[in-house]
Amino acid sequence: MSWQPAASQQMLRKRAGLLARVRDYFRREEVLEVETPIMSRYGNPDPAINSFRTDSDQHPEQYLHTSPEFPMKRLLASRSGSIYQICKVFREEETGRYHNPEFTMLEWYRIGFDHYQLMDDVEAMIIELLPNLMAFERHTFQTLFKNHVGLDPLEATLEELSAKAESLGVVLPEQVERDWLLDVLFDLSVGDWLKQSGGVFVYNYPASMASLAQISPQDSRVAERFELYIDGIELANGFHELQDAAEQKTRFEKDLASREAQGMDQPPIDQDFLDALAVGLPDCSGVALGLDRLLMLQTGAEHIKEVIAFPG
Amino acid sequence: MATYSTNEFKGGLKIMLDGDPYTIVENEFVKPGKGQAFNRVKVRNLKTGRTIEKTFKSGESVEAADVIDITLQYLYTDGEYWHFMDQESFEQYQADETAVRDAIKWIKEQDVCSVTLWNGSPLTVEAPNFVTLEITDTDPGLKGDTSGGGGKPATLETGAVVRVPLFVQIGEVIKVDTRKGEYVSRAKED
Repeated sequence: MSWQPAASQQMLRKRAGLLARVRDYFRREEVLEVETPIMSRYGNPDPAINSFRTDSDQHPEQYLHTSPEFPMKRLLASRSGSIYQICKVFREEETGRYHNPEFTMLEWYRIGFDHYQLMDDVEAMIIELLPNLMAFERHTFQTLFKNHVGLDPLEATLEELSAKAESLGVVLPEQVERDWLLDVLFDLSVGDWLKQSGGVFVYNYPASMASLAQISPQDSRVAERFELYIDGIELANGFHELQDAAEQKTRFEKDLASREAQGMDQPPIDQDFLDALAVGLPDCSGVALGLDRLLMLQTGAEHIKEVIAFPG
Repeated sequence: MATYSTNEFKGGLKIMLDGDPYTIVENEFVKPGKGQAFNRVKVRNLKTGRTIEKTFKSGESVEAADVIDITLQYLYTDGEYWHFMDQESFEQYQADETAVRDAIKWIKEQDVCSVTLWNGSPLTVEAPNFVTLEITDTDPGLKGDTSGGGGKPATLETGAVVRVPLFVQIGEVIKVDTRKGEYVSRAKED
């Protein structure tokens, strides 16, 4: 009977409870709840993410957001103070155990925090929600990669990374990209350890994987980005946010060039976001967290379908 | 050349890797939040039976293996090849020793087997799950013991050796489970 919800009544109550507790945390922390548009004239240029498009007579060629990041940063630039949002986001990608094309994201920004302080904040909130977890471990990407892969991700050549990947059964594509190799080697070599390690923050990613994070002032080889894994599940991704509008524009253009090289569409760059950065984004850190996955961890659900009333 | 995209990967799909045909046992799609996706797959080499792990960039294409499973009747061996026939088309196939390796000690002429063809030639031959074979040699055992306890080795007409109960004697025909290599029961001759 396909009309019926995939999630149980009990699960739907737990989902409501989780949302209430998240909102309660931010109320106590005096972080403001905001809403930003789900639909936009601008898409996400990130070559690893594909947007859904909508079309109508009055509003041709709109994109469903893949994260509320750009408009939330416009709020920050307008002196909103620390803010959070719980919203549905949309990513055109395969469905799987941890993926649904439409999912619930919790995204928040803390004014004056660097990525270390934001990790403290994330940990405090999650320990409140998942009290059985031990204190989280913190390791740099470089340390974990060196220990488990046996190569320095910041210094190894493309040839060394490729040879290591092949020895682990990776079938190299015609165009081998360094970041893809780093991701694959990390997953193949560190993945099993992460599964047994509870909560682990991985931080200071190679600069090439910066996304929207600042480059570290202490070491230009790394970006001030972190990921949180719990029992090996990628739960949250955070940045000490890039404030430099020119640098942001360069990264967008690089993203679009990479999309073009792969024959992907070219979504228009969000000029409002770049304008806001040019005026000035306050020093802040932000993080996006998958609430469906958090609910899976809380309830022991095996598949994301078990925690969503009507999965796609 | 037929190819499959990683998007089509699923259990049972037959692909070519390093010149050998493989079947996909398990396919896991991995998508880092901020990175390009990849597929982690477990594949079994159809020639050697070995299972290995491979990782592909998502969206890449892989050559399809021309592999099909059909049912053939075993005719005879000339010592070098084992000859089989499709009972409907009467087309004949010859399998080499590698292909019949696991099946040969169980099958006799006229038996019907499941055969995997790769590029039209037998790659592996599977014996039927149950076969009935005559015992050509075994110790006489203890008279009057019908309990089935204990057991003794018995050589069958195909050369296979299985453990049988003590009461089973030379010349008797027995039913054998080829997957476990175990005696099931005495069989009545047709």
